[in-house]
Amino acid sequence: MGALYILWLRELKRYLRSHTQIVASLGQPLLYLLALGFGLGPVFQRSGNGSYLQFIAPGVIGMMVLFTSIFSGIGLLWDRQFGFLKETLVAPVPRLTVVLGKTLGGVTVALIQGTLVVIVTLIAGFRPGSVAAIPFAFAFMALIALVFAGLGTAIGSRLQDMQGFQLIMNFLVMPIFFLSGALFPLDHLPKVLGAITTADPLSYGIDGLRGTLIGRSHFGLTIDLAVLVVIAVATLTVGSYLFSKIEA
Amino acid sequence: MIRVQSLVKKFGDFTAVQDISFEVQQGEIFAFLGPNGAGKTTTIKMLTTLLKPTSGTVTLDGLDPQREQHEARRRFGIVFQDPSLEWELTAAENMEIHGVLYHVPRKLRHERTEQLLKLFELWERRNEPVKRFSGGMKRRLEIARGFLHTPKILFLDEPTLGLDPQSRNQLWNHVRHVNETEEVTVFLTTHYMDEADRVAHRIAIIDHGKIVAQGTPAELKEQTGTDSLEGAFLALTGSSIRDEAAGSADQMRQFVKMWRK
Ligand SMILES: Nc1ncnc2c1ncn2[C@@H]1O[C@H](COP(=O)(O)OP(=O)(O)O)[C@@H](O)[C@H]1O
Ligand SMILES: [Mg+2]
Repeated sequence: MGALYILWLRELKRYLRSHTQIVASLGQPLLYLLALGFGLGPVFQRSGNGSYLQFIAPGVIGMMVLFTSIFSGIGLLWDRQFGFLKETLVAPVPRLTVVLGKTLGGVTVALIQGTLVVIVTLIAGFRPGSVAAIPFAFAFMALIALVFAGLGTAIGSRLQDMQGFQLIMNFLVMPIFFLSGALFPLDHLPKVLGAITTADPLSYGIDGLRGTLIGRSHFGLTIDLAVLVVIAVATLTVGSYLFSKIEA
Repeated sequence: MIRVQSLVKKFGDFTAVQDISFEVQQGEIFAFLGPNGAGKTTTIKMLTTLLKPTSGTVTLDGLDPQREQHEARRRFGIVFQDPSLEWELTAAENMEIHGVLYHVPRKLRHERTEQLLKLFELWERRNEPVKRFSGGMKRRLEIARGFLHTPKILFLDEPTLGLDPQSRNQLWNHVRHVNETEEVTVFLTTHYMDEADRVAHRIAIIDHGKIVAQGTPAELKEQTGTDSLEGAFLALTGSSIRDEAAGSADQMRQFVKMWRK
């Protein structure tokens, strides 16, 4: 228990002390929100889809949770390079505890980052359907964070160097974001794109956020919830397994 | 306490450790000496559950570090050759994490942290993040952290690398102290022959992944007809400087220094 807590706390402290990074990380969602929200707003409105800012805000919140959680897992690469990983690998603590502490730390940080973006969207003019929706939105944020922290851990357990990181960034993380329906509605898509978005776990996370926050859902909240839970269990299991197999 | 039989480790078709066997008794200070790339760190990694041997057997206090990883990890402590600190956190926080991971009770944890950080002259700087520390301070912190809990077996992989003479002295005094008072078995590697001569009860010399000699310092000197351990070392391993594929500049410098002595 103590070990789980101290490793969770480590992640949190690292985050809270990186002031510059926190501010910098808010730049991207802000840009999407303002440039796309206001830039594409008129076109979106004319096509009969309502306010684009309302539409994109849940997508931008989901984006932040995705990035933060997946990078917390991939951060194992840094632990490996700075050497701290070894310290945790030989400790008389089950590997499962070590990986859970780190993952839950990443999830916590992702939720804080997500909350900051929620605040930013509110300032930009985003208005959720009801206040009661907010706790449900947090549940979806937590699920997104669990899915991708697990995936990040799985990747981070296998990655050996920085080149691999670039590859993952361009060919996995960015596609997950762009093909998730964070930026466009999932209705009436061309067949192939439709199939891809349906296979992207983030689609269900964003859809869940949108469903709870503005009452607009493509798959339906029950399906969103079920898919996310199943995938979270899967990525966390695979992530923990691969972590337990790390050699140094 | 440690028993190694016909241990082999291959990386691809390169053999880093070739069929080595040795035993370390409980309460013994055992030194592993060898030129760069000899296979010392690789051996330690296999003993400490970090690497899977290609073949051969290892027993650590009667346990197999591969099959009984968790139990084995409760038996030992280790100071790694390479950095293993959390750079973003402070010295005190690094000690705290270690103490919790190794189940040291809170009160003892705090007492020991204070005592060790004072001993290694880091107490004044305990609330600064490690990333602001000099190389020597980081090394001292790694060592102080290694002594926070009292394991049955302590592995020290070139602990004095980058330490000033004062800290080196503190370190060896402390090693002797825990060895004598708590019967901690110590397995260490070093490049400094005089240190091994002074602290080790028994020594194994490893070269190109093979053990070329074993015995007490006196036996090794007698065996090679030399009057210093360094002489014995050179007689056994030859005098060509070894390149280490993944060697760091730091190690190379240490090595050169050693030859110049
Ligand atoms: N992960 C690895 N992959 C390939 N070769 C390695 C790896 N680790 C160590 N080696 C090689 O094995 C040899 C022994 O290394 P090491 O045990 O670190 O030597 P020492 O600690 O005695 O200086 C070296 O030639 C080193 O380059
Ligand atoms: Mg070494």
